[in-house]
Amino acid sequence: MNVAVCAYGAGNVRSVVAAFRRLGADAAVTASPAEVAAADLAVLPGVGSAASAMDGLRERGLDAALCERVAAHRATLGICLGLQLALEESEEDGGVTGLGILPGRARRLRDGRVPRIGWAAIEPGGETFYFAHSYAAETSAATARSEGFVAVAESGSFLGVQFHPEKSGAAGARFLERCLSRV
Amino acid sequence: MPLPRLIPCLDVAQGRVVKGVRFEGLRDVGEPVELGAAYSAAGADELVYLDVKATLEGRGALLELVARIADRLAIPFTVGGGVRAVADAEALLEAGADKVSVNSAALERPQFVTELAARLGSQAVVVAVDAKDGYARSRSGSSATGRLAVDWVREAEERGAGEVLLTSIDADGTRAGYDLELTRAVADAVSIPVIASGGAGSARDVADALDVAQAALLASILHENPARLESLRAELHGLGVPLRDAV
Repeated sequence: MNVAVCAYGAGNVRSVVAAFRRLGADAAVTASPAEVAAADLAVLPGVGSAASAMDGLRERGLDAALCERVAAHRATLGICLGLQLALEESEEDGGVTGLGILPGRARRLRDGRVPRIGWAAIEPGGETFYFAHSYAAETSAATARSEGFVAVAESGSFLGVQFHPEKSGAAGARFLERCLSRV
Repeated sequence: MPLPRLIPCLDVAQGRVVKGVRFEGLRDVGEPVELGAAYSAAGADELVYLDVKATLEGRGALLELVARIADRLAIPFTVGGGVRAVADAEALLEAGADKVSVNSAALERPQFVTELAARLGSQAVVVAVDAKDGYARSRSGSSATGRLAVDWVREAEERGAGEVLLTSIDADGTRAGYDLELTRAVADAVSIPVIASGGAGSARDVADALDVAQAALLASILHENPARLESLRAELHGLGVPLRDAV
């Protein structure tokens, strides 16, 4: 199983690669649109700001590679900011146009302590994952929530998660294993 | 709100985990890679690594050691010690840290927090505050800054800090309980998560801290017996503290 983890200057990709390798997958970091297009599973990780992340994707031509993958029904996973970038837009950084793979937009969290950092259960499923975010998706494609926030959103072959499976211990490993088994 | 977090802390000097009392009399308590992996396996919610001599020795944290620890973890990893430039922080994230903790350099030049948040995002920026008698101290507690801890954390939040790691120097290593008064004052002053540190001696102490803060840092209480983390989780569960199911 070949996993391409997009490197575009947005955060800790090393831990995503390490998590897939622990599961026996052949995972590597890449900024090459051709490698992203060819992989069995492409992963769009990401932490940091939406505007600089979108710029990073566009500069490398990864935005088109990801959209083409999803149009061709090839498995693609977005993690945290990777989920938010897949939306039509984000209100972060004064407004950012996203990839438009998922309907809806990312909005700033308004209640509780922000960033929302820590472990929380998602429903349905009841498993507990690690979250670290200041924005959350508002989308009709949501398939699981955590304390009311969108935790998982899916459209076609794209699966987006707000939590960090690569940082979520045993529950996260089980989640990534399910991603691999669906490819 | 997410669940309260238990965060073992590896204070590292010369490549070894050390622990003192009130930041002094550091004793060797173990090997960081193995200890970190053991805590990750025992249900730690995150791990913190602080190179306690880096600033005093005028250098950055040990990247190679950070990378070796990170490769063994499947939980979030915060690294601090000697972070003085955005490039230092980026090197730590590159080595596998998820967040960087800054202390002395941010006190000397608060704009540094703004720069880090702009480059890394707030969620990756932890401002560590070592407090004595309510005032922030820098350089591993050795220098007075004249800034009230509550004022400094407010400014740090405005500048984009994502979390506060608050250590009471007075309580550090004493196992006599967290400084709840200081912790409450800081938690009330900001709306970002607060990690309480210094003084854990019993499950009751940790439960009390988690009543006020969003996470509790653990060091002395664990290092001599890392398996204590599992029994501590069970005791906290018995005290009604909701923790994640770690298996």
